[in-house]
Amino acid sequence: MAPVWVWADLAPDGVAPSALELLTKACALSDGVAALSLGPGATVGVATLGEHGASRVYASDDERLVEPTSRVAAHTTAALVAEHAPEVVLFPSSYRARDVAGRLQAITGSTLMANAVDMPSLSRARAEILGGTTVVEVALEGAPPHLVMMRPRSFEPEAVGGVAEIVDVPVVAPDDLVAVRVLGRTDAAASGPSLDDARVVLAGGRGLGGPESFRLLEDLAEAIGGTAIGASRAAVDAGWVPYAMQIGQTGHTVKPEVYVAAGISGALQHAVGMKGSRRIVAITKDPDAPILRMADLGVVGDLFQVLPSLTEEVRRRTGR
Amino acid sequence: MNVAVLVKWVPEPEGTPRLGDDHLLVREGADGALDPGDEYGLERSLQLVERDGGEVSVVSMGPGVAVAAVQRALAMGASRGLLVTDDALRGSDTLVTARVLAAAIRSLAPVDLVVAAVESTDGYTGTLPIGLAELLEWPSVTFATSLDVVEGELRAERQTGSGTELVASPLPALVTVTTGVAEPRYPSLKGVMAAKTKPLDRPSLADLGLTDDELRPTQTVDSVGAAPAKSGGRVVEAGPETAAEIADLLAEARVI
Ligand SMILES: Cc1cc2nc3c(=O)[nH]c(=O)nc-3n(C[C@H](O)[C@H](O)[C@H](O)COP(=O)(O)OP(=O)(O)OC[C@H]3O[C@@H](n4cnc5c(N)ncnc54)[C@H](O)[C@@H]3O)c2cc1C
Ligand SMILES: Nc1ncnc2c1ncn2[C@@H]1O[C@H](COP(=O)(O)O)[C@@H](O)[C@H]1O
Repeated sequence: MAPVWVWADLAPDGVAPSALELLTKACALSDGVAALSLGPGATVGVATLGEHGASRVYASDDERLVEPTSRVAAHTTAALVAEHAPEVVLFPSSYRARDVAGRLQAITGSTLMANAVDMPSLSRARAEILGGTTVVEVALEGAPPHLVMMRPRSFEPEAVGGVAEIVDVPVVAPDDLVAVRVLGRTDAAASGPSLDDARVVLAGGRGLGGPESFRLLEDLAEAIGGTAIGASRAAVDAGWVPYAMQIGQTGHTVKPEVYVAAGISGALQHAVGMKGSRRIVAITKDPDAPILRMADLGVVGDLFQVLPSLTEEVRRRTGR
Repeated sequence: MNVAVLVKWVPEPEGTPRLGDDHLLVREGADGALDPGDEYGLERSLQLVERDGGEVSVVSMGPGVAVAAVQRALAMGASRGLLVTDDALRGSDTLVTARVLAAAIRSLAPVDLVVAAVESTDGYTGTLPIGLAELLEWPSVTFATSLDVVEGELRAERQTGSGTELVASPLPALVTVTTGVAEPRYPSLKGVMAAKTKPLDRPSLADLGLTDDELRPTQTVDSVGAAPAKSGGRVVEAGPETAAEIADLLAEARVI
């Protein structure tokens, strides 16, 4: 039985959705699946992790595990890995997981595969590279464990109805590992459905021309309901909307039922974050924009005309 | 203060990259440039030493043509460059690259601050810098949207999964930055001329004290295919029917 571990990111309500996605994949690879849940609130999600196939949860709610350098989390994980010798550790592609996995790789000297979308076996990963245009299969070698960071939404979580045993984790945190101080924190205010959960995502790009035009997307979102608003990096870099709204390689990966891109050209780095959407609608002035080749329905035209008339049409049909 | 900025040569960011018969990215002979993502951290580093004194070095691992990326960084104002080139490094994974860059940075000692981009345009693993920090046994601040040095301490605002954090770290430290930290300058003609006479080290792997064991990659790409292409899409000119057509699609998807 080759153990496969899953790094379970913490979320305010227990576990992040990515943990359940990864557990589902881990169960397909191994019958010895464990989860790592490290940081304040670590035990809140244990039942959910168990239901999704973790037979053990290595947990500690020690504050130091979320210090900003991820050194404590990485060294604590390295000690666990040395003791229990898992074959594979699956990570999500979150900020924190990336830091922990990156440091862990340097400690263990193991391979670290990023941007994976699947693992056909314990020593093979599939990844989409070059902005998702090319799929490669990679043989993973070197000292165990193989560390694999999965793109979000690569697997559909499935509850299998187990119960997890909690194993208390000793924290490895020599004083000199905790050198960085946090002077302040802000939380991005969440309102409405999140980009990750919404059934419809409306995204605006440079073509919107300025922050006020996001109003057009908000009106449409209201008419449709259950809708979140995102943006291309061009719109974020211009300061029109906050970074939390960015979709793409360095932002969210979304897979809604319908994705509507308005004034977005569809650069590779944007496509990575949205091309898995069930249906794609694109509105752009440029008939050669790459987004049109990804779209189920591509509209070549002026968004300032198309969006308001669409909002009106949807309102007529939904009565909102 | 001595700052080392990691700069990567990448195949033309606007071009179409391709893989060769050996399943590795074609780098030699391809058009390429300094990764645009690296210019932001370089700019901010130049601003810091222009204000506080010190020197900016740029450090890179890449093929011979990567000299162009280092030259551009020198033209922007870096004082010296270091480029590691060796055939043995083709197909290096992030850990090997981190070991090479760690050795390069040690050879430049003392370095107070290493600055990298959050992720590269071509590889976008985003794990190299943090692995490097671990090899150097340094603290790190990733995903910084602002960067400063105050009273000998690094101050940075960073993006986290749930918001932002303002952090302070002792030096030496490594930081990865987003495009928010500064607006990169264009190299001036004077800068371009001056770059030609600035020191550019090209140490060998042996000079850096690296052994074959440390240079063995742990990943081999053994098959390559095109991602499944979308089929059945249609493109229309906007017209009086457009709103109804999009609304029909929304209805079909059962979201309205
Ligand atoms: C390392 C790296 C990471 C990156 N990560 C991301 C990422 O995570 N997410 C991301 O989005 N990008 C990312 N990018 C940037 C990406 O390469 C593109 O630059 C960006 O996506 C372009 O945004 P855009 O489509 O809004 O702008 P543009 O490419 O300028 O496209 C604007 C579009 O709007 C159209 N338009 C203009 N006016 C109108 C109008 N009135 N009506 C209709 N259409 C109109 C234009 O014809 C054009 O098609 C990254 C780049 C790098 C190098
Ligand atoms: N070969 C390299 N030479 C110099 N810097 C690099 C190299 N590879 C990566 N980097 C730096 O590390 C960052 C992250 O790279 P990556 O892990 O490939 O996404 C890049 O943006 C660069 O700043």
